Amino acid sequence: MSSVLHNLVMFWQALPAGWQLTLRSLAGIVAIMLPLILAVAYLTLAERRIIGFMQVRIGPNRVGPWGLFQPFADVLKLMLKEVILPTNANRFLFLTAPIISIATAFAAWAVVPFSKGVILSDANAGLLYILALSSFGVYGVILSGWASNSKYAFLGAMRSAAQMVSYEIAMGFALVGVLLASQSLNINQIVLSQGGNIGHWYIWPLLPLFVIYLVSGVAETNRAPFDVAEGESEIVAGFHVEYSGTAFAAFFLAEYANMILISALATTLFCGGWFSPLQGWAWLAGTPLGFLTHTSFIWFAIKTCFFLYCFLWFRATFPRYRYDQIMRLGWKVFIPITVVWLMLEGLAIVIKLPPWFA
Amino acid sequence: MPEIQNFTMNFGPQHPAAHGVLRLVLEMDGEIITKVDAHIGLLHRATEKLAESKPFNQSIGYMDRLDYVSVMCNEHAYVMAIEKLLGVNPPIRAQYIRVLYDELTRITNHLLWLGAHGLDIGAMTVFLYCFREREDIMDMYEAVSGARMHSTYYRPGGVYRDLPAQMPQYQKSRFRSKADLKRLNQARQGSLLDFIEDFTKRFPACIDEYETLLTDNRIWKQRTVGIGVVSPERALQLGFSGPMLRGSGIEWDLRKKQPYAVYDRMDFDIPVGINGDCYDRYLVRIEEMRQSNKIIRQCVDWLRANPGPVWLEDHKVTPPHRTQMKNDMESLIHHFKYMTEGYCVPAGEVYAAIEHPKGEFGIYMISDGANKPFRVKIRAAGFAHLSSLDEMVRGHMLADLVAIIGTQDIVFGEVDR
Repeated sequence: MSSVLHNLVMFWQALPAGWQLTLRSLAGIVAIMLPLILAVAYLTLAERRIIGFMQVRIGPNRVGPWGLFQPFADVLKLMLKEVILPTNANRFLFLTAPIISIATAFAAWAVVPFSKGVILSDANAGLLYILALSSFGVYGVILSGWASNSKYAFLGAMRSAAQMVSYEIAMGFALVGVLLASQSLNINQIVLSQGGNIGHWYIWPLLPLFVIYLVSGVAETNRAPFDVAEGESEIVAGFHVEYSGTAFAAFFLAEYANMILISALATTLFCGGWFSPLQGWAWLAGTPLGFLTHTSFIWFAIKTCFFLYCFLWFRATFPRYRYDQIMRLGWKVFIPITVVWLMLEGLAIVIKLPPWFA
Repeated sequence: MPEIQNFTMNFGPQHPAAHGVLRLVLEMDGEIITKVDAHIGLLHRATEKLAESKPFNQSIGYMDRLDYVSVMCNEHAYVMAIEKLLGVNPPIRAQYIRVLYDELTRITNHLLWLGAHGLDIGAMTVFLYCFREREDIMDMYEAVSGARMHSTYYRPGGVYRDLPAQMPQYQKSRFRSKADLKRLNQARQGSLLDFIEDFTKRFPACIDEYETLLTDNRIWKQRTVGIGVVSPERALQLGFSGPMLRGSGIEWDLRKKQPYAVYDRMDFDIPVGINGDCYDRYLVRIEEMRQSNKIIRQCVDWLRANPGPVWLEDHKVTPPHRTQMKNDMESLIHHFKYMTEGYCVPAGEVYAAIEHPKGEFGIYMISDGANKPFRVKIRAAGFAHLSSLDEMVRGHMLADLVAIIGTQDIVFGEVDR
């Protein structure tokens, strides 16, 4: 037994360094992707159950105990359906679009730090990478709307393109605030600079930027009340109206993966990432509850889940904005606020306002 | 170089916001709608023609299927037209029951409207809250008529039967826990009137609940204020009625202006809007639900205190009691004639209109003295409202079109007939 292990280690060491890196990265990707897909699956179930609870109904509870197998039933159903290609649709683009959507939604996870040192790629330009990918994700929506050759899909794509591009700016500015505060584009570094205690989190000095980031995040992911791109009661399903089966599932998966990503980023950039909110409570450290002050993945997960819950909560509460109202909100409200706050923040940095900028 | 053209879009008939089978051909300049062409008739079932080929009573059920969300009000207009031709007046208790059920119907209609309107604008939760209360009213329908939707409860000369002394209760089943059963049956211990009274006590709080979700909601206001504005003059010219007219600020309500049944004995107010936009019409309908609730309370109190017959004893137009029929030859003959041939109605023509939840619902009926109407014309409020769609929508965006269809509260059963 031990000799097998020994041989394996030997084999590993005999591999060229490049191979080692590739294999390690692949293992890391699988380790992120699988739980992520599971999280997406259960997020759909959680959404249906939580919104069901808010709407005095039950939600799926028949497939497996408490409906726990419902996501698998859904996936199975979608996989077995035919992917219908509309006549006159651009075949290549039609099938590429969902791939772009899902690829960008998953790729962004490469730079998200899950816990101390648990990060696939500790890239120095992590924040830029995420901005770039989320901009690229818009192409999935635009191409799908264009390639479908359907007026409803086309309208949805136009709406979505305009909306995502405008909110990208507000979101970008909100992130510039984080960048200014932490003096780094490295997401790991951003989390580390929020260490200390709950008061060191960037949510406090950057509260308006945080709110704008979160709202823009909802708009970026096309979730209610900003779901004009799908606008069920107006343009039916918007950009993915012509999609079915696995291609539709890809869009669905991408939307939910993006939701989780936005929540994870809100956690990471503004709410101290994996740091415990009780961190720095020295008197707690000696007691049996001392473990609560430790940094851990659990804190990251809890905070992310909280933001995800907010996403669902918004959906159950608000009516849908009209397309032009969304644009007005983005351009005339959010962007000016972010710009003003960035200036104030710059001032705070110059005077070294404690505890964040000292 | 090609000229830039507007873009034509087909909306419906299978569209989630089309409220049935409305087909619109939209001419759009980007998101702005420049012209709406409504194509109707996809749910045409020739109700008027069918009514001409059957004895009077057999068409009551067709009236249910016109506006299938405010069933009893349709029946009321039809039954009133026959009664006018016959020159009979139903017993006072029957009239109270009709008013009671008309107002319950108004509440169900407005609940469905509110839910659907909310859903059109993207507020999902209101829909399910509304249906929670609507369920209770469906149970009240079922308790008197045996059917949850198409009740066929009103008859010329009264109503099909008196209110039951025992409200039907939920039965045990493997899908319902004991606690659930107890909760569901809690209000159903007494008579139907007890259940209705309990409902009227609960209902104002429920309306408050819907209002917390919408009335002061910024997004809701942004989506409805200033959308689909109709001036009072224009509303009259377009033949609006009901909440559509009152939303524009014209105080017109047949229950007050031409009281029928026992509405003259009821104490209630007519809410009117100011601006004639979707938001005002929303507020008008919300207030109408509160006023209906008030009327229901008055009916319940009166009905409790005053038992009595709910049928006319004139067995040419109403069937005899079952026991009489079994013991008395003449009653048996009456019953047989009533159920097969129906009754003949004096020649003449009549228009009977009621304040339907959606507006003025009228039946124009010509009788040539036979046991079938010679002609029945149905005046449906939704038809006039839908005709104004183009005018209301022009210059608005696609999302507003959906809000305006919602605010018109159209049901295709009645528009297409």
